[in-house]
Amino acid sequence: MTKQVQQLDRVIIRFAGDSGDGMQLTGDRFTAETASFGNDLSTLPNFPAEIRAPAGTLPGVSSFQLHFADHDILTPGDAPNVLVAMNPAALKANLSDLPRGADIIANADEFTKRNLQKVGYDTNPLEDESLAEWRLHSVPLTSLTVKALEEFDISKKDAERAKNMFALGLLSWLYGRPVEATIKFIETKFAKKPEIAKSNVTAFNAGYNYGETTEAFSVSYEIKPAPLSAGVYRNISGNQALALGLVAASVQSKLPLFLGSYPITPASDILHELSKHKRFGIRTFQAEDEIAGVGAALGAAFGGALGVTTTSGPGVALKAETVGLAVTTELPLIVVDVQRAGPSTGMPTKTEQTDLLMALFGRNGESPVPVIAPATPSDCFDAAVEAARIAIKYRTPVMLLSDGYLANGSEPWKVPSQAELPDISVPYTTEPNGDDGETFLPFKRDAETLARPWAIPGTPGLEHRIGGIEKADGTGNISYDPNNHDLMVRLRQAKIDGIDVPDVEVDDPDGDARVLVLGWGSTYGPIAAAIRRVRRGGGKVAQAHIRHLNPFPKNIGEVLKSYDKVLLPEINLGQLALLLRAKFLVDIISYNRVRGLPFKAEELAGVIQEVIDSE
Amino acid sequence: MSESLNGKGLALVPKAEGKQTLKDFKSDQEVRWCPGCGDYAILAAVQSFMPELGIKRENTVFVSGIGCSSRFPYYMNTYGFHSIHGRAPAIATGLAASRPDLSVWVITGDGDALSIGGNHLIHALRRNVNLNILLFNNRIYGLTKGQYSPTSEIGKVTKSTPMGSLDKPFNPISLAVGAEAGFVARTIDSDRKHLHSVLREAAAHQGTSLVEIYQNCNIFNDNAFEDLKDPEKRDVITLRLEHGQPIANATQAVKLAPTGGLEVVARDSIAESEILVHDVHNPDPSLAFALSRLDEPAFQHVPIGVFRSVDRPSYDSLMSEQLDLAVAQRGHGDLDELLQGGDTWKIN
Repeated sequence: MTKQVQQLDRVIIRFAGDSGDGMQLTGDRFTAETASFGNDLSTLPNFPAEIRAPAGTLPGVSSFQLHFADHDILTPGDAPNVLVAMNPAALKANLSDLPRGADIIANADEFTKRNLQKVGYDTNPLEDESLAEWRLHSVPLTSLTVKALEEFDISKKDAERAKNMFALGLLSWLYGRPVEATIKFIETKFAKKPEIAKSNVTAFNAGYNYGETTEAFSVSYEIKPAPLSAGVYRNISGNQALALGLVAASVQSKLPLFLGSYPITPASDILHELSKHKRFGIRTFQAEDEIAGVGAALGAAFGGALGVTTTSGPGVALKAETVGLAVTTELPLIVVDVQRAGPSTGMPTKTEQTDLLMALFGRNGESPVPVIAPATPSDCFDAAVEAARIAIKYRTPVMLLSDGYLANGSEPWKVPSQAELPDISVPYTTEPNGDDGETFLPFKRDAETLARPWAIPGTPGLEHRIGGIEKADGTGNISYDPNNHDLMVRLRQAKIDGIDVPDVEVDDPDGDARVLVLGWGSTYGPIAAAIRRVRRGGGKVAQAHIRHLNPFPKNIGEVLKSYDKVLLPEINLGQLALLLRAKFLVDIISYNRVRGLPFKAEELAGVIQEVIDSE
Repeated sequence: MSESLNGKGLALVPKAEGKQTLKDFKSDQEVRWCPGCGDYAILAAVQSFMPELGIKRENTVFVSGIGCSSRFPYYMNTYGFHSIHGRAPAIATGLAASRPDLSVWVITGDGDALSIGGNHLIHALRRNVNLNILLFNNRIYGLTKGQYSPTSEIGKVTKSTPMGSLDKPFNPISLAVGAEAGFVARTIDSDRKHLHSVLREAAAHQGTSLVEIYQNCNIFNDNAFEDLKDPEKRDVITLRLEHGQPIANATQAVKLAPTGGLEVVARDSIAESEILVHDVHNPDPSLAFALSRLDEPAFQHVPIGVFRSVDRPSYDSLMSEQLDLAVAQRGHGDLDELLQGGDTWKIN
């Protein structure tokens, strides 16, 4: 039987199941196949904070959404075209996101009376016509898998567990994905358990063949590769990119990297990734708490290392005092905050942009800190290098604001070569800087950058003491002199205000838009996708995205004032809007949702259109 | 002396070329403790001790937290970092773990180390980073003007406890032994010779050493250790701990108790062979812990000296070994190779 092949320009698939069903792995593998096929893609994992919530319940549902296309795309997609539901809970938790006419591939075996009851279904939705609006493919994934694995010497439980590979095989056939890499992946993953490896490969192949032969699926789809610019690509998540960016920063600054960190969701993967790269001289220190993590990083910075600490929401609160010490001792330090829903514990696996004011002002005293926010998962790499550049050049702590959406989301990344990366090295101070040629003045500043010298222990003749008590300008000796304090407060502020930050770029193709949509951080993708929609509909709108939140780009005031209306969507209650209103007296229109989820492009397109129409 | 001066603790620290003197270690800063404070004696003792180590002054770092004692680094003409309350062990850990060529000293007090910084202290001790922690114990909060501290005796009447404090104090030695510390010692501000001998062993020890220094605060808790200084009483109540020697003074002796712990008995009541012989290198910490409990009730019999000195690899050396091993197995990291690792694809 020859099956029909239908051309599509893009597809959004959501894999959903119990947190023990292996949906993240399934999604990761489908993503890898898709990346190697050459589609542009963007992913969004969504999982509970509980490692194994009670099986079959709504809180235990874990999902992975993948958007892939034959053209460049900006987000993981608003609503899936295909939902793979491994159990009733997965169906129920995701159905409201599913537009009419979308495909549902449901594991019929799991729709038992007991499982249906667990999530409040009185009748089986696969049988009661309640899903008539959608294209339902009810497939007994578990029993087909078990049957395919009959001849293997494995337990029934192990056979059942391979059902995610059966599903992956089926979807791989449905969308014409290359399968070799997945087979190789399974063989490597279970290298020590050959029987499990073989059975998983068999389940995967069985799923693929099932799609090809069964009449349940009459059509398969083709999505042509996207025309990306020439180069080597890899699919990368924000946390991975950030970790690699830190390695690159260490190499390009010629400073040994010291990471002090305490495990916290969703930042821990940066610690895991950096721990693998000891060959680069990277020391990773899992501290007893958040405070010790940043303290050790600062201690290492005093010793001449590139000190880094990584954390999320509540961890930043704990680090505040030490960041203040880094501000006043003027030592380089990178503080990575992978923002998550707060306050307090909040929703650890959900995303938010609510730490901006905390990053800027969350310390006692006048305590200015540069703040940088990456816009996309792969941009986390460049943001890390930029954070290091500023920290080292200006001897200051830098806050790097990623978030849960960037951290776990992924996209293709055109891999840079080392030769393309900037040299961000700054030599240590090794000679006295006093006018007499003998004295060392640890707080005598560089005339241009206002940075103080960085003289590290082991340097003869430059022995000096620093600390949290106010220091006399120049000598750094303890000083309670009122005028000196006023001077030092202003000098520390002036140093941060004077950081060389590139101008913000405005995307205004025709140059006649009257509405500017401004954003920062991870809202870049949804805003840009929304703007494309609006422009396709004939709307005139400009876009600007701020990467440096302190200091702001020099041209930002001018940009804001050159539009009639400025719309600023944020996943908070208007934190950047507050700053811009105060600083530039511009009547920003805020759009805020704080649902722990990224914006949807469609939602933002509607908001933008409303602002344009109100002109 | 149980350890040679150039023990493993300083093995990676470069040696000074010329002879150093006390003057080399004095900074130009005016010392600003209250007149009569025990900190003066400790500062003088440390300044006069440092030349003996024979290491480069520029490779010496003093890190402190907050409190009266934490001003100490400003008075040492070495590198120094006066940090934040309780966090000195954490900051020093990052420094020492990334710079094995430094001799790192932490100066802390009973409030700094045992109250706000308790967590960092116990983890530094178990982790065994190459640090020397000098804990100035005056059993009071000085800098905040006289509140009770975590080593103040129960019932201590202070500004914050007008009817007496309610909480049981920490015994820093018991705490350190319980926290897996490899080197634990106690000395006293007024006995420079003993202080020197303990510092010498602490510096030579590879890993974290904790030295509790009884220190008099003459403003808020004067004479807290007077019994240990009183020429009439001190020899009666002090039990000098010396490796390989029986633990006893002229009138008291320590022996194994039938309960499994230790007891102090009149010296003339037991045979010499029954007196416990001190073994600082005993890998089992039970006896070191039991010795630390002899000071209860306080100042009846107070062990002074090194309780425990047990070798185990320091955290920083193990960390360096892992880095070396990673390089030995797969070579130095190559950035291009790393960035292009994983599943990549090429678009022409």
